[in-house]
Amino acid sequence: MPDKKLKRVDLIFSEDCSCKDVLADGLKKSNDELLNEILDSGLRGRGGAGFPTGLKWKFTAQEESDEKYVVCNADEGEPGTFKDREILSRVPLKVFGGMAMCAKVIGAKHGYLYLRGEYQFLRNDLQKALDEFHSYLKEMNFDFQIHILMGSGAYICGEESALFESMEGKRGEPRNKPPYPTVAGFRNKPTVINNVETLVYSFMITRIGAKTFHDLGTADSRGSKVFSVSGDTPIPGIYELELGMPLEDFVEEFGDGDTKAVQVGGAAGFCVPRKKFKDTIIGFEGVPTGGSMMIFNSSRSMYNVLKNYVEFFEEESCGQCTPCRVGCQQLKHGIEAVKRGERSAAYLDTLQKLAETMKVTAKCGLGQSVANSFSSIVDNFKEEMIY
Amino acid sequence: MPEIKELVKQLADKHGRTRESLLPILQGLVSEERYVSDFAMTEVARELDMSAALVYGTATFYSFLDTQPRGEYVIRLCRTITCDMKGKKQILKTLEDLLKIEVGETTKDNKFTLLETNCLGWCHKGPAMLINDEIYTEITPEKVNEIIGEYMKK
Repeated sequence: MPDKKLKRVDLIFSEDCSCKDVLADGLKKSNDELLNEILDSGLRGRGGAGFPTGLKWKFTAQEESDEKYVVCNADEGEPGTFKDREILSRVPLKVFGGMAMCAKVIGAKHGYLYLRGEYQFLRNDLQKALDEFHSYLKEMNFDFQIHILMGSGAYICGEESALFESMEGKRGEPRNKPPYPTVAGFRNKPTVINNVETLVYSFMITRIGAKTFHDLGTADSRGSKVFSVSGDTPIPGIYELELGMPLEDFVEEFGDGDTKAVQVGGAAGFCVPRKKFKDTIIGFEGVPTGGSMMIFNSSRSMYNVLKNYVEFFEEESCGQCTPCRVGCQQLKHGIEAVKRGERSAAYLDTLQKLAETMKVTAKCGLGQSVANSFSSIVDNFKEEMIY
Repeated sequence: MPEIKELVKQLADKHGRTRESLLPILQGLVSEERYVSDFAMTEVARELDMSAALVYGTATFYSFLDTQPRGEYVIRLCRTITCDMKGKKQILKTLEDLLKIEVGETTKDNKFTLLETNCLGWCHKGPAMLINDEIYTEITPEKVNEIIGEYMKK
């Protein structure tokens, strides 16, 4: 086990540089230079899935097309996550800066920021920042324009292909993959779609260099990450931390002294019970997270937690594929029946099998990830599901 | 109804008449009218020259594109576990008592609609609620009384 300790980092929100200067310096670099920096940094997507950012950019750059797009996924909807809102309200220019760097590398003239409807109140300030940013681009003679589009309250639109559907004015139903967005994304053109935080890191890497970023974190999880800390903690909020720390360190820093479990990665993530804090690494080699860290102390019923998650999935399932649409309903009815004593405890095993089936048969990440929280909570807190 | 017709036309002039214009137009309708009526949907379909079923299919997919009449102020209380842990149930009860309606209902004077919604992204400052596009965080029953009182005066 790597002996990484919890370490605070200040890359995302730091104001020790002018965005305009970083942008100007970045745009002076060659496309290869920029791309290699992102590739060498080891940066992986910060929305949760963790695909290497440099590869996404490289694949899209390699595609031949009359039109390519950069899309910023600001449809932050995972329960327990609020870091993108904070980033967008505090350092919007860095987000746009990351989009511009990407646009240069792949050869895009238009970028889109898809903002969730719940964050409508950010829109005016974002537009002001964007106007300022466009004036920089004009000065620097870089032909790229960003447009802000609004979501309307659908968690599934955070899934990249559902987001494209929504941008195209349709129901936000995920597409079959492949083709991947790098080949056929928005309007079926090669598209890079990155999370808000990923774009800011991309921008900052052009300033601090790949090595500084690469030196942080572990072999599988380079760099740092913004965590959204909530639940039973005396200090809820946003924290940028180096990746690869043991969950035990995290709990020591943020817990209230009585932490029973941490839900890492939101409703789509994993529940880690106290006895596993020591051996759980926060990162892609251990338990990955898009940033959501919900802390529960011993006064909390894990049945209530699971029920809340399952209800969430049942409501947010787009209904397109049967495993997810029916699966989520059955999981909810199932745990309620066990709790009421209408079903025996053994029925939980049947439900777990159903969740596992959803993992392999559901069309997109939503249905596939229901098993993460379901199985990890049921496995670790079986008694609470029954009594 | 002529107003809706005119509004749809204005929104289409602003956002365009392609499939991609559909969501911004529906969002514009909701922000003006608080919901998209059947009549408005058929008007949008006519204006964009597409089937009304497509408009209906899109509108009903999104939870913020209400297709039922809503009050002037739509209250959306976050139902995520972290808000729940900070006293959301008490907030809900306070709202229900104040407005004399239950979740999903609209007050008789058409002023308020009370809804629950999924994560609003304020988990560190729960409980949180939206009133139209305005966000309220770390709300207590006392604060709810004040906030709703202010809206009642409007």
